[in-house]
Amino acid sequence: PALGLFLFTIARDPLRIIILIAGAFFWLVSLLLSSLIWFIAVKASDPRDEPLQKGLLIFGVMFSVLLQEAFRFLYYKLLRKAIEGLVALSEDGCSPISIQQMAYVAGVGFGLMSGAFSMINLLADALGPGTVGIHGDSQLYFLTSAFMTMVLIFLHTFWGILFFHGCEHRRWWEIMVVVVMHLAVSGLTFCNPLYVGSLVPSYVLMAIAAAWAYLLSGGSAQNLRRFLLCK
Amino acid sequence: MITFMNNSDSEEEPCNERTSLMSAESPPVPSYQDGLQASEAGEAQAHRKRRTGSSRSPNNIADGDMSESGVPVRESTLENEEEELTLKYGAKHVIMLFVPVTLCMIVVVATIKSVRFYTEKNGQLIYTPFTEDTPSVGQRLLNSVLNTIIMISVIVVMTVFLVLLYKYRCYKFIHGWLILSSLMLLFLFTYIYLGEVLKTYNVAMDYPTLFLVIWNFGAVGMICIHWKGPLQLQQAYLIMISALMALVFIKYLPEWSAWVILGAISIYDLMAVLCPKGPLRMLVETAQERNEPIFPALIYSSAMMWTVGMAKPDTTARGPSQQTWDAAEDGRENHRSPSHADSRMSETRSPVPTRPISSFEELEEEERGVKLGLGDFIFYSVLVGKAAATASGDWNTTLACFVAILIGLCLTLLLLAVFKKALPALPISITFGLVFYFSTDNLVRPFMDTLASHQLYI
Repeated sequence: PALGLFLFTIARDPLRIIILIAGAFFWLVSLLLSSLIWFIAVKASDPRDEPLQKGLLIFGVMFSVLLQEAFRFLYYKLLRKAIEGLVALSEDGCSPISIQQMAYVAGVGFGLMSGAFSMINLLADALGPGTVGIHGDSQLYFLTSAFMTMVLIFLHTFWGILFFHGCEHRRWWEIMVVVVMHLAVSGLTFCNPLYVGSLVPSYVLMAIAAAWAYLLSGGSAQNLRRFLLCK
Repeated sequence: MITFMNNSDSEEEPCNERTSLMSAESPPVPSYQDGLQASEAGEAQAHRKRRTGSSRSPNNIADGDMSESGVPVRESTLENEEEELTLKYGAKHVIMLFVPVTLCMIVVVATIKSVRFYTEKNGQLIYTPFTEDTPSVGQRLLNSVLNTIIMISVIVVMTVFLVLLYKYRCYKFIHGWLILSSLMLLFLFTYIYLGEVLKTYNVAMDYPTLFLVIWNFGAVGMICIHWKGPLQLQQAYLIMISALMALVFIKYLPEWSAWVILGAISIYDLMAVLCPKGPLRMLVETAQERNEPIFPALIYSSAMMWTVGMAKPDTTARGPSQQTWDAAEDGRENHRSPSHADSRMSETRSPVPTRPISSFEELEEEERGVKLGLGDFIFYSVLVGKAAATASGDWNTTLACFVAILIGLCLTLLLLAVFKKALPALPISITFGLVFYFSTDNLVRPFMDTLASHQLYI
């Protein structure tokens, strides 16, 4: 689905592609920094201490989430500057791309990159021989990973929209909600062999975020009804 | 210069092509290409072909879009408009460059992942005589540095040689060289490549069929690259040549040497393009002085140029239009790739009278598009291919390098728009790529592996 999003909405406009790639780049940098921190922490600690390693991992995940959001903010700042430049350059005084579109594309960029990093090694291994969950792990590993990745990509997209909207209108609580939601989703994945605990709430949260983003982008129940009934 | 031309194999003659390409291009763009070309002896031929290729992609796309910009309407503020247009349509050009670079990388990565041949160590090129199979780390490092020095000096010698040839108007020699190298690239490397691919997939093919296929491929390639042909076909050929060259590099360069060479090439590129005494710069300046196309075979003048010319036999009309568009084009071309500047276009462009722009000119304007040297293609693909081949984090690292290179390309194009002169395309992208490769391989991979094993998501 994420690829479909990309093909239908982004691939047409070159500016959007650039914003997408730049968004993916920012996510990548945030990942880099967070794994650097984690790596240092791991090296500095005792590798045989299991609970400590788990704790460090949790710490790494939380830190990474915070860094991702920080980079989203930085990216927002960069895009603001870029919009001013584009407006100055355009012929009729208005930017060829609005901040909401940029928010959407940035969200998709983040999401795609995070999804790719989560999934792609899995996919490569899935091509090879083997049995899923042979050591007593869940047999639904691939399936749940796929769903989780998809929900994460969508969530990133919606968070992008919400986040940018919050920054635009200076509503800090919106931003805080996004950060908290991200932390919550990541935290939920901790109870992961118990898939009910992580997938279902994530989807619920995604639905909430989707509705919120839709409302923010100017949609309404009326529009939705009209669209569905093809009026 | 964004347009690196190909750094062909060391096996071939030095890449004079690179340097030659440079001059062919509009003078503002020099530097990249020359540097690259010189280094690779064998590749030079391959490069030449490539260079022309790179320019083509932007042209094709630009064609349709540019005319709509309505630039030609305003004559008085042509310069300003051109600047605006340059920046405004920068996005389009960037994408025009993204697509061939991405395609090339995809081809290289796909081949590396599937065909075992290109990751086996079957010896080294004579340009990298020092082996890396030494027991101690220090010795290995030393060997790779020595390899790099030899390679870079070969490239420099080739570039200077090319510049000298160009200065003393030994055109026939350069033409012959280019044709020879492209012949070798098209036939020999394709034969090896096809053989390996068939072996991997266990598909049998008899010699007559093989001969027919390769002959057709090679002949059409020669015609397309050195003479006339549809733009997209030419671009496709240039991409394939770049990919082949990159694959050869990946196979025959030992590991540490490859990374050091990549770093050294970007530094060299930076110097060759920006220093006043740089060979690439001299090449471009000489070409500009003489106002002549450098090597018709090498110039990747978009086929558009040809077709436009043929469609409108009124050459006199073309002349002024070319000139008027000069200003615009120079701005654009500088950005893109010094490598393949249409020699023709650059030549006609030298004088820049401000004349009314007819719609015809618009068409030509669009053709210019963005040009990127083939050498750049090759080195980007080498980086990504090496990441795919040797990284243990496999796809993550490859993906990270890919994104890093694209962002580097974006930034370079942005700088091009700001500075309006030829800039090296390699340094920023390669730096990003190297940084991301090493950091992803060593830092991100353990993190992601641990996360994946617990199925945590960040």
